[in-house]
Amino acid sequence: MPVALFVPAGLGLIFLVLPLAGLLARAPWATLPQRLAAPGVLTALRLSLLTATVATLVCVVLGVPLAWLLARVEFPGRRLVRALVTVPLVLPPVVGGVALLLVFGRRGLLGGWLDATFGITLPFTTAGVVLAEAFVAMPFLVIAVEGALRGADVRYEEAAATLGAGRWTTFTHVTLPLVAPGVAAGAMLCWARALGEFGATITFAGNFPGRTQTMPLAVYLALETDLEAAIVLSLVLLTVSVAILAGLRDKWTAGP
Amino acid sequence: MTARRKDRPVTARGNPGTRRACAALVGAVALALAATGCAGGADPSADGDGVRGPVTVFAAASLTESFTRLGAEFEAAHPGTTVTFSFAGSSALATQVNQGAPADVFAAASPATMRTVTDAGNADGPPVVFARNQLVIAVPQGNPRSVAGLADLTRPGTKVALCAPQVPCGAAARTALDAAGVPLTPVTLEQDVKGALSKLRLGEVDAALVYRTDAAASEVDAVEFPESAGAVNDYPIVVLRQAGNPAAAREFVAYVRSDRGRAALTAAGFQPPRA
Repeated sequence: MPVALFVPAGLGLIFLVLPLAGLLARAPWATLPQRLAAPGVLTALRLSLLTATVATLVCVVLGVPLAWLLARVEFPGRRLVRALVTVPLVLPPVVGGVALLLVFGRRGLLGGWLDATFGITLPFTTAGVVLAEAFVAMPFLVIAVEGALRGADVRYEEAAATLGAGRWTTFTHVTLPLVAPGVAAGAMLCWARALGEFGATITFAGNFPGRTQTMPLAVYLALETDLEAAIVLSLVLLTVSVAILAGLRDKWTAGP
Repeated sequence: MTARRKDRPVTARGNPGTRRACAALVGAVALALAATGCAGGADPSADGDGVRGPVTVFAAASLTESFTRLGAEFEAAHPGTTVTFSFAGSSALATQVNQGAPADVFAAASPATMRTVTDAGNADGPPVVFARNQLVIAVPQGNPRSVAGLADLTRPGTKVALCAPQVPCGAAARTALDAAGVPLTPVTLEQDVKGALSKLRLGEVDAALVYRTDAAASEVDAVEFPESAGAVNDYPIVVLRQAGNPAAAREFVAYVRSDRGRAALTAAGFQPPRA
């Protein structure tokens, strides 16, 4: 039992959990039931869960193939592409939201065409919230899955190919099951990040109750007038997300 | 949005690092009652009021332009003082003040926000109103949709940004719309007035209800409307109980309320307080 590891590990845990203790200490426990029943809380929670889940699905559908491309296919400029994938991690989310507006906004590079051709407008819509969350969260999934793919033994895939499996069959029957825990972990990270998304969402999708006002936006606005209401909303978001993540983790990764 | 808010204090002029060091030095020197100035050229006997050292002012985001100017003028009028500002949404600043932020002066964009600070017992004396601000309809330059009043904002296909009702500009917008009897559904309720303006400047909305001062500081056209007279926002200012430099803080408040202060505020589009 090396003390040299336990001490910093314990300090790290305390550092991460202490702010939660601060929230719990200041929570208005006496008025909690009334505050939870306040109009808008459930609406914002439902919208948050819905958009984060759809955004995660979008990220899995697009992000797993992207991770496969980065891990398994040699092509010129791969390092540059890998660096580009992490751009949303580095970009302040607010800037990401402005960038999305410059592309998908009414006067954006694609926005005007989307509107004229398909009648699709994304800013100020629930679909816009999904887009903003997926943009910010996808790198988490890509990086996790790419790491899993690099760690997986390529010989299984080669064996499948030798036995006559096509590339698609190899991918779906060998590669994917092999990296399933990595995909699950990446999807969880992605979902958690999407759930907490604030800056890109309010910049790109605005803030309107029932349509684009997710929990983090509701928390921020509650903070303007009522610290305790903001704490209650934060605790609701925390409780629900930790419960879901803990439940899924046991199911998917079969960890201890 | 967090990145747009200026949480980091900015100095009115000069290099922030050296000025802060200078301010700290001046503070230390003043404490030690040593008669020496930091600016070198400043003669300590020039200001007979004994006001010197750093003053930290927490001010509503809509005061950014006018207070930055006033701060520089105040420093020139009182050698040895340095004014540092933190501009952000009034409510966020009030929360910081109530959590013990090291501020000397607080200027809010609404009496309701100021009340959260006075109710918490963090004000040194009663706040005074130093300016008023009124809403206008901000439209793109040239007013392409020929908006002439609130009723025009309900035309089909017209997208409007308002502030959220939790922040002062949103509360004022609600009052004005109710007074006009205009059933307006905005596409977004922004977290502050700058957010509403940026949606307009990016072309995502056709109009936004913002303060006259914010419209004046931005490249947009302002359409005045009569109902805004019923939703005028008073701006109160107060010296804080936790002020580390109460003498200079009081002097700064007096300067804001002086004729020169009023002139700077009027130039920015504010109205003088009701007599």
